[in-house]
Amino acid sequence: MLRVRDVVCCMCGLALGLASNIGRAEQIVHTERSLYRNIIVYDESGMRCMKFSRAATAGRQSCKLLKAPDRLVFHYTQMMMGALLLEPVPQRVLILGLGGGTLPSAFASLPSTTTVDVVEIDPAVNRVAQRYFGFNPGGKIRVHEEDGRVFVKRASRNGVRYDIVLLDAFDQEYIPEHLLTREFLAEVKGLLGDRGVLAANTFSNSRLYDHESVTYQAVFGDFFNLRSDNRVILTRVGGLPTREALERNAAAVLPRLSPMGVDLQWVMSLLTTERDWRADARVLTDQYSPSNLLNVQ
Amino acid sequence: MERALVFVLAGWSGFFVMAVELLSGRILAPNFGSGIYVWGGIITVFMVALAIGYLLGGRFSVHRPSLRRLALLLIASAVVSLPVIIVGDALLDRIFDAIHDPRYGSLLSVTLLFFLPVVLCGMISPYSVRLLVHEYELSGHFAGLLYFISTFGSAAGTLLTSFYLVLAFEIREIVGGLVAVSVALGAIALLLTGSRRAARA
Repeated sequence: MLRVRDVVCCMCGLALGLASNIGRAEQIVHTERSLYRNIIVYDESGMRCMKFSRAATAGRQSCKLLKAPDRLVFHYTQMMMGALLLEPVPQRVLILGLGGGTLPSAFASLPSTTTVDVVEIDPAVNRVAQRYFGFNPGGKIRVHEEDGRVFVKRASRNGVRYDIVLLDAFDQEYIPEHLLTREFLAEVKGLLGDRGVLAANTFSNSRLYDHESVTYQAVFGDFFNLRSDNRVILTRVGGLPTREALERNAAAVLPRLSPMGVDLQWVMSLLTTERDWRADARVLTDQYSPSNLLNVQ
Repeated sequence: MERALVFVLAGWSGFFVMAVELLSGRILAPNFGSGIYVWGGIITVFMVALAIGYLLGGRFSVHRPSLRRLALLLIASAVVSLPVIIVGDALLDRIFDAIHDPRYGSLLSVTLLFFLPVVLCGMISPYSVRLLVHEYELSGHFAGLLYFISTFGSAAGTLLTSFYLVLAFEIREIVGGLVAVSVALGAIALLLTGSRRAARA
């Protein structure tokens, strides 16, 4: 029954895909309207991808090579793995935002890792990740279907600590505004130990860029500002490591990251602490957080 | 003159309710998230509070209705909104610690912070109808006009708050401003009715 439904879905999806994307070899595998968004799973040039809206061609959330599912195909996932340059042997990892489950699986594959907690607000994303992306929680990986802010706040009250926290809950169409405030980042900082590492995948390239920058700066001080298609912020509680320490860590994690296709030299080359934003921008707080309005201006 | 004031107070009350409702989502998000259940709780509580307000406002209008009392209702609704600014965050933190399911945590929070102000705002509409209607042939006309103005006020409160006010001000500044406008409008109405009463005497 399920299969019949999937085939029908696939066929109408395919028809829609052809109609809206003439000339692009994009095959829609599955579409679903969840409580929070439209989820579209499609195959394109040997990749299985998930995106959250039909219109945004650049809004690709997560992709896997069908023939080599362990390889990290996106620049931003490689940049997020850069967290290991600041903490090469994490034990406990927290990830806000599941996507196709690429990052959770990558961190769980590290021998040092004991726990990967993933928080995803949308049960449909979890379902789709398992059915169409081979995401397989259990073992080290636990998925919590709830709001990221609520999870973080509860965990910090309970004295839970993580070695690495990854924020991957944004896309360029919508920012959960309560996940981009000084108070939220302070709560995240409370989850990190003395040398805990934060990696945040953000999309801002508008007026929001300045506000986002000063907000991270206000809580974490200096950070590495990695810019490619996306922006990834990498920082560590208690100050950033020296260049020598980074080189040492890179050498240590290279054997793990090379098979995933991570170009560590490229990631290293992006590590800059240069401040290319307006320092007088207003810090985002729980009282003032019009992020989505700032992002369109 | 009195009619114009009644319309102004009712229109502003509509503005106030929707502005506060929108901001309540923001106020709850740090503790309970911004999921669909948070909005479900907010809308439920506001609807129930308005329903009860309509009922009470209608009853209250039966005995010696006056513009003075309408103004006092508006001022009272503003004053009981002050805990949102003064104790809001501390209260939400305590509820977060006590109730682990964010659905019921957010429902209780909205009820404690917003139920009373919205009941009082709800009382304003039927009470206003009573003040406007002097002959029963025109009762529908004035009721319609009142709904038009108060619902239009609600629309304005929604749009201005979500499009512009949140870009310029902090949430507590906006709520403080809304309270101040309510108190000011209520005070103007009180002064005018007071001076007219003095003139009559």
